[in-house]
Amino acid sequence: MDTNSFDSGKQDRRRFMADALRTGGVVAMASAGGFLVGRRSEGEPMVWQLDPDRCTACGNCATHCVLDVSAVKCYNCFDMCGFCDVCTGYFEMNYKSLDTAAENQACPTGAIVRKFVEEKSGQRFYEYTIDEPICIGCAKCVEGCALMNGSLYLQIDHQKCLNCNECAIATACPTEAFYRIPQSQSEILKERAAAVYQARGSQTKRVIERDAEQTGTEIDQVKEAEANELLARAERQRVWRASQQKGSDSQEPSFQ
Amino acid sequence: MNQSSSVYKIRIFLVLGALCLSSSVAVGSELIPVPEFTNHDVPITLPSNPDSPIWEWLNVGLLVIALSLASYLAIVSRSRRGLFALAVASLLWFGFARGGCVCAIGAVQNVTLGMFDSSYAIPWTVIAIFVLPLVYTLFFGRTFCAAVCPLGAIQEVVAVRPVRVPSWLDHSLGLVPYIYLGLAILYAATGTAFIICRYDPFVAMFRMSGNVNMLIFGGSILLLGVFIGRPYCRYLCPYGAILGVLSKGSKWHGRIAPETCIQCHLCENSCPYGAIATPTRPIHKSERVKARGRLAKSLLSVPVLIICGVLVGLLLKTPLSKLDADVRLAERIIQEDAGEVEGMTDASEAFRNTGQPTSALIERAIGQRELFGWLGMALGGWVGLVVGVKFVTLSIRRRRVDYEPDRARCVSCARCYWYCPGEHVRQGLVGDVSQLVSIETTGDPR
Repeated sequence: MDTNSFDSGKQDRRRFMADALRTGGVVAMASAGGFLVGRRSEGEPMVWQLDPDRCTACGNCATHCVLDVSAVKCYNCFDMCGFCDVCTGYFEMNYKSLDTAAENQACPTGAIVRKFVEEKSGQRFYEYTIDEPICIGCAKCVEGCALMNGSLYLQIDHQKCLNCNECAIATACPTEAFYRIPQSQSEILKERAAAVYQARGSQTKRVIERDAEQTGTEIDQVKEAEANELLARAERQRVWRASQQKGSDSQEPSFQ
Repeated sequence: MNQSSSVYKIRIFLVLGALCLSSSVAVGSELIPVPEFTNHDVPITLPSNPDSPIWEWLNVGLLVIALSLASYLAIVSRSRRGLFALAVASLLWFGFARGGCVCAIGAVQNVTLGMFDSSYAIPWTVIAIFVLPLVYTLFFGRTFCAAVCPLGAIQEVVAVRPVRVPSWLDHSLGLVPYIYLGLAILYAATGTAFIICRYDPFVAMFRMSGNVNMLIFGGSILLLGVFIGRPYCRYLCPYGAILGVLSKGSKWHGRIAPETCIQCHLCENSCPYGAIATPTRPIHKSERVKARGRLAKSLLSVPVLIICGVLVGLLLKTPLSKLDADVRLAERIIQEDAGEVEGMTDASEAFRNTGQPTSALIERAIGQRELFGWLGMALGGWVGLVVGVKFVTLSIRRRRVDYEPDRARCVSCARCYWYCPGEHVRQGLVGDVSQLVSIETTGDPR
């Protein structure tokens, strides 16, 4: 009898402790959750992206991604491209002739497609596009293009990226060029690319408005949407750069 | 500096060459302008857009369903088969299909970073993935570990020949998750690294690609898991450490015997994770006094251990800060300048090309190292506390009359249920437990 009441008293104490722990746990979690939610109301998914302005074309992107073929791909910003015949991104430094033969190409997988556009005042212009599935993100072309306009740049292909919690390339990146950005932003442009998109967007807008005024017709909806998209992309960049400047007092080395 | 100037020279050379070739280049501009084509639109490079976040929410929904189902299977229907099937399904979906990322274990770091870094926007889904298993554990025990976590599931599947780990080793290794948790929080809070993800043993398998070290590490844990039940969950998993503490106060928890325990001790051998607490034998009064003395000593040892931990933590400053990028870079630059090492790394070369003064970098690195000095002391104190609490819990004598699951360690895998004769009676397979245990109970079970 005595032992039983002792036992039940112990049981009660146990249960009380467990209840207290549980209530405490729920309260702690609720307050922590509340704190996090209050801290950042727009908690939208974040994705990895690299800042092409900080990229040094070291080649780690090709070798450090957890995927067999890296999720980092090369892109060409055509608004910065010179459409050169002698493209330093396309050709090996010691090319033998200006043709598409493999031994002349800087790209180890032949992922850059060279297409003739037109000949103007004795000069031939070529368009360089990236055959994305073949690109391995080795940055050989980026390195070459950096000698000229720097229109070729690396960026993460979100369709391929697994969006790891800790990006394996980010840990290997010598200039800490990798960032988590909100999903809706989706890209980090070169500062210069943002500038040319801004210019092209506003130029297109001016032209379509003038054309509409002169011919007295409706404004071309498709072109206007395109121009707005370009302006929006440039604007997103401005906002992101500003937020980076603000967040990074003296902590971040600036590699601009 | 040399590198950048030589690049610049080549650049000038090439630009001049291009200028000679092209008459349409505007003189004075360094860059070659986009040509005006007569009949060709300059294409626009489109960004690659990520998939809609709806997938992440779908995952959270599935997590809730899986957690509820696991809790039901573990506590109400007591179905080992159901739990195993759910574990395999979770392994296939959360592991192989979703690539095992973001998981609740890694989310510890996202939450920590979210707490400490106001510029990091932690997504809703990650908060949910972190909090949901905690809440379920508070009510139903570690059912998340049983059949939802893909890391647990893959080890559950391979645990075919588990041996019993000696108690002293089990208790000592059981401290590692708390230390790992402390380290993970430390590095996540400083924004240095997500070490749980970096040393995730199975993520490379889930993706079926990854670097060789990761695959070897994961492979050896799996191989070990054949003989030692769930080595990652028991001796490494930092989230499991949190869940274990919460599980101690869970409202409900699976019982081994459905009705009354008949002390047959069959269940004890069934548990591959050493999570079954045996009944205590009554102790003599003189022993009780001794036990009380032990408890008092261990209680007194806690502050001593914490202080010792803090002191040892002082030594951790330099090794801990090695993972910080600034510190590493500054060390390298100093070594290069002193001529201690040959050549340059990518990072030091990139840094030198920016033309920034090294003094600023070194100052930053020193600041970081100071910070790690404080954090190292905190970590040392935490380790001291964990060891002290372990001593205390080991010296508390609890009275137990039945075989019960040790709530902190039990992952609710439901293996023991089937070993309990009472379970066979509950399922109506036999009329009376005596039919099953007549042989086993002839002697004293102890």
